[in-house]
Amino acid sequence: MSRNRVTVVISQAQGKNPLRRALEESLAATLLMEPGVDLSIVPHLYDLEEGHTGRLFLNSVSGDMIVLGWLFPRAGFWLLDRMGVKGLEGSSPMHPVAEDDGEDAGESEPQEKAPAIGQTGDIPDRTITLLDLRAKPGYEPYLEEVRRLIGEAKVRREASTLARPPVLVELGLPKPAPVIDLTTLATAPAARRWYPVIDYSRCTNCMQCLDFCLFGVYGVDGGERILVESQDNCKKGCPACSRVCPEQAIMFPEYKTPAIAGAPVGVVTGLKIDLSKLFGGGDPSVTAAAERDRELVKDGRDAVGLTVGMAPRRAPRAPTVPDELDGLVDALDKLEI
Amino acid sequence: MIEDKLFEIGKHRAPLPGALLYATTNHVWVRQVGDAGSQIWQFGFTSYALALMRDIYFLDWSLSDGMAVDHLALIGHIETSKAESDLYAPVSGIILRFNTMALTDPAIINADGYGAGWLYEIQCATAPSHLVDVEVYLAHLHATWANTERMIKGGMNRIVDESPDGEEA
Repeated sequence: MSRNRVTVVISQAQGKNPLRRALEESLAATLLMEPGVDLSIVPHLYDLEEGHTGRLFLNSVSGDMIVLGWLFPRAGFWLLDRMGVKGLEGSSPMHPVAEDDGEDAGESEPQEKAPAIGQTGDIPDRTITLLDLRAKPGYEPYLEEVRRLIGEAKVRREASTLARPPVLVELGLPKPAPVIDLTTLATAPAARRWYPVIDYSRCTNCMQCLDFCLFGVYGVDGGERILVESQDNCKKGCPACSRVCPEQAIMFPEYKTPAIAGAPVGVVTGLKIDLSKLFGGGDPSVTAAAERDRELVKDGRDAVGLTVGMAPRRAPRAPTVPDELDGLVDALDKLEI
Repeated sequence: MIEDKLFEIGKHRAPLPGALLYATTNHVWVRQVGDAGSQIWQFGFTSYALALMRDIYFLDWSLSDGMAVDHLALIGHIETSKAESDLYAPVSGIILRFNTMALTDPAIINADGYGAGWLYEIQCATAPSHLVDVEVYLAHLHATWANTERMIKGGMNRIVDESPDGEEA
């Protein structure tokens, strides 16, 4: 692929909504003609399982990427990250990011927060920008934004070329780009899936989700970092772990409620107040426990209510003075029975 | 007859008619419709609730007419210029009907919240015992105002929502 081209990917909607299909088609038709654009169409990012040609294609792209899809940009970005499609998160004025934290700094004392895990692995120096196709009606605004982003990418590329001292490069044939048949990409069936996506820019590795989920969805990697280990264990429609996450780092991109589907944190709850409590709503942890119980009972297991996995794992523990019982237990331990 | 009351939120004045009953758990007013024995009750937002929410943009009920609800079960969702919120049943009973006029044009709720902007009618098995009169409701507003104000200003929201709607159209 030429250095001066940008890969634009249309990630299709799930289902067969004719309005969504029509927007995808008009966009595809115009972007195919657009100079500087390499256009590809893949099924919905959420449904791309390992080994899917669409996923292989995304993994093969090395330069800047613009992905247009039917999901919140934050959810899309971390979905790609999960697939190993990494890069710097691009932003677009189409999706203003809300001011997070600090807005009520005057009132509450600044709390010491655990640092977020952040992206891990090698992050290539390229930008991945996601555009939510639900943001604007018609294809024109997206076409305009794609053009603007491509212009921005060009400026960035030129600046970085200028900044770098000249180096000798090995001349040779360019690496052949993988040939992928667009028509098969677009039609490859992708079964609907349901699993949480972690936003590692927010996740502090507190492990509350690991304690809360009783279906074994979460696990940790070699570096003790939380991950979605067994995504197929996840119960379709259940977003309970997202509610117990203290950092709103767990997203279910297909869930109806924006805060759970990956809307920018602060937008839903910051600009608009949630009056659910005033109108008879309960505590989110109660809702979460009820959702989990429903899935447990469906599996023929016992409901556990609020008794399991609700307490923060890393609650500060008061130092205790060893008492007689502790001494006894220590003595028992030493016996190595 | 109990006289009408007024609750003031800064410059906003929230009138509370004395002829109505109120559900403090949901900030809705209640009025018995039909004959006394039928136990059919009509509900709508109090002017206090409307003052907090401002202009209603969108109203959505997750139930349909004729369905049974439990007290505080989730029944719908509302989006206004200031708030997004779930709505819960103020009493147990059977939802007889939703106000279709308020559904098609929610502006009527802001314009005439105690009249044409009513929300739904529920038939109860027995008279709901937790409804209060305007004096108790006003006292409740005064008692909880400090907390409510803190909640609104602090944005201390965690996610509370409705269940997914499943398949898109």
